[in-house]
Amino acid sequence: MDDSLLVDLSRLQFAMTTLYHFLFVPLTLGLAPFVALMETLHWRTGKAKYRKLARLFGSLLVINFAMGIVTGIVQEFQFGMNWSVFSRFVGDVFGAPLAMEGLLAFFLESTFLGLWLFGRDRLPRGVHVACIWLFVAGTWASAYFIIVANSWMQHPVGYEIDALTGDAVLNDFAAVLFQPFAILAYLHTVLGGLLAASAFVFAVAAYHLKRRQHVEEMRWAWKSAIAMGLIAATCQVFVGDILGVVVTQVQPMKIAAGEALWETAGPCAGLAIVAIPDQQARDNIWEVDIPCLLSLVATNSLDGIVQGANPLEQQYEETYGPGEYTPNVWIAFYAFRLMMGFGLLAAAWMVVAWWRTRKGRLPKGRLFWAISIWVVIGPWLGNMFGWIFTENARQPWVVYNLLKTEDAVSDISEYFLFISLPVFFLLYGAFAIVEFILLRKYAIAGPPEDDVPMAGQPAESLPKQVV
Amino acid sequence: MGLPELWFIIIAILWTGFFFLEGFDFGVGVIARWLGSDESERTQMLAAIGPVWDADEVWLVTGGIAIFAAFPAWYAALFPAAYLPLLFVIVAIIVRAVAIEYRSKRPGQKWRSRWDSAVAVASLLLAFLFGVFWAGIVHGIPLTADGRFVGQSLLSFINAYSILGGLTVLTFSLAHGATFLALKTTGPVRAMNESWARRFDVVAGALMTAFALWTYWAYSQGNVAALLIGLLAVLAMLVALIANSRVRPFVAFWAHGVAIAAFVAQMFVALYPNVLPSTLDPADSLTVQGAAASQYSLTIITVIAVVMLPIVIGYQAWSFWVFRRRITPEEAAEAYA
Repeated sequence: MDDSLLVDLSRLQFAMTTLYHFLFVPLTLGLAPFVALMETLHWRTGKAKYRKLARLFGSLLVINFAMGIVTGIVQEFQFGMNWSVFSRFVGDVFGAPLAMEGLLAFFLESTFLGLWLFGRDRLPRGVHVACIWLFVAGTWASAYFIIVANSWMQHPVGYEIDALTGDAVLNDFAAVLFQPFAILAYLHTVLGGLLAASAFVFAVAAYHLKRRQHVEEMRWAWKSAIAMGLIAATCQVFVGDILGVVVTQVQPMKIAAGEALWETAGPCAGLAIVAIPDQQARDNIWEVDIPCLLSLVATNSLDGIVQGANPLEQQYEETYGPGEYTPNVWIAFYAFRLMMGFGLLAAAWMVVAWWRTRKGRLPKGRLFWAISIWVVIGPWLGNMFGWIFTENARQPWVVYNLLKTEDAVSDISEYFLFISLPVFFLLYGAFAIVEFILLRKYAIAGPPEDDVPMAGQPAESLPKQVV
Repeated sequence: MGLPELWFIIIAILWTGFFFLEGFDFGVGVIARWLGSDESERTQMLAAIGPVWDADEVWLVTGGIAIFAAFPAWYAALFPAAYLPLLFVIVAIIVRAVAIEYRSKRPGQKWRSRWDSAVAVASLLLAFLFGVFWAGIVHGIPLTADGRFVGQSLLSFINAYSILGGLTVLTFSLAHGATFLALKTTGPVRAMNESWARRFDVVAGALMTAFALWTYWAYSQGNVAALLIGLLAVLAMLVALIANSRVRPFVAFWAHGVAIAAFVAQMFVALYPNVLPSTLDPADSLTVQGAAASQYSLTIITVIAVVMLPIVIGYQAWSFWVFRRRITPEEAAEAYA
């Protein structure tokens, strides 16, 4: 294909808009259950601190959710606008999960978000609390269905290729909906969201605890953020490991690239901690190994054999004809490490923070609180690099082993991209700034002080700062 | 009737739901900025759609997904062809949603009036563009036999008929929005919208009549059903006009529902058996049968839709019931302080 510029620009636009979308998604996934829990605790105990926290983090959730929704709508349009060959190819398979996402998840989350936000004084307390839980269910369900679609691109199952059109045709919906890859990738995503949200709550609490303000509520937020974050991080280690083993089986090239492993290794294959890969020479210029670790993490056995990129490339060329079947190893290797590194760093700091604040201590050091606030970006970067890794290391395929990215683009003029790319860049950039300013403003303002006690009280008015 | 035809109808229903529900949100977005005399009036009007506009917009998302799911070839031919108009749509959707959410996040005349203008412009643009989009589909685009689009992305959707379609949806949304506000607000805002609903209905009814006749004459191959459905749209707009003249916004609101359903239905009847007519050669048009997904896939999404749609309609109707009370200026001011 000679329209490689069109392919590159389309990829750039999709990467930009998707990563931007995923700035908001993890926080919604993780913060929604946190707020729902606050609402529930307040309903059951009547304690003011839960309500204050529900109000504060509820407003932050709503600011964030609005951007998540609209940037998600962009994706639905973009599949067709920029990737129409892909859309036609996957349409029959994606139809069902996407229909479920729309009818089961999107309506649920947006309707019950409205009911929760505005229905406080119009609904019985229990029904009102149920609304936020239905909102949570909607966001979590929506994540599942879209991960099902993405997992099918990583590992196509339950389909056949139509002899006439050459497009994929669904023949086993249950296989698509419940394939282990999808379930693991979903857990991986949701845990990433919980970790991101706990780092967010943690950072907001750190800001206020540093100033010794709202101490009662913020200490509770701080502790529960640490608990949620450490549980999520611990589960993530296990889920990530199992997912890694599955990926090694179904996408060996992705793991070979992610580990900068050129030649097949094992038993007792070493894991490169750092490496300088050379894509041209198809080898590493320099690397530092930990013996046997790769076999262990990729196959769960010290005797495991892990395939390298060079023999895999050869296999691919024999099966699919000449071409480049090795993804960019530099990106894959470092994105993989940064994903894990940022997630683990955030979790590690939470352990430190827990120790320093145990039994009611509040450290005086500025550095401690500064780091605790900055921890918020750790899981975010981890999530970003996770997607960069998994999508980049699937290349050159958009649908693994079935459809190449370069063959998937719409037959449009690249001038369209010259228009749409700057439009997205400017629009997204501007709204990122507004979003950041608002989140910061609300986080710093802290929980509302004008609360009246609850429990069997007359209808309360709307929270002033929540739309 | 096979499953492809059923999905052709379901898609018409989903887009009717979108125009019926999001239509008044678009109208309110424009009216608030245009006719609201001060910030408190604008706040009162936007508060009326506050709890529901987001769920209303999901009808659009689902309407788009349904095309993708049931007719992948339709989706794959249509969306790249409409690249530039859809880019405007996307920008307007983002701006509008963010503006509605963010306007009340800070006090201050300047901050709010800027976001209100953004809501108004984006709402106006969206109502117009979706009318252009669907009328443009009915008119057809240059498609080759292998489903390739060979026209200009923007110009292929712009013609006198599609512009009339855009203006029809826009004025309908204004009439529908004013009617909604007449139903949902109190005080001066209510009185103002009661009188404006009538005026908007005159214009919307006239445009709806012109559009229905044009669709019948130019695009329906003399299909009597298209004529009858078009006349139903006209009749319903007449009922709405009379109802709004007698200050019966509830009747007018539902008459608008009938009108917009007939408006969409007439376009779909005119389209059938095509989903995307080719202006190059009618034989190259994309058809309901030709663009449909496989029987197995259609069966699954049919089960999902048949089970879920009534539930969705049920809880969305419940949410309208919960928020049935009229919004007073004081209440809106408190909620959006």
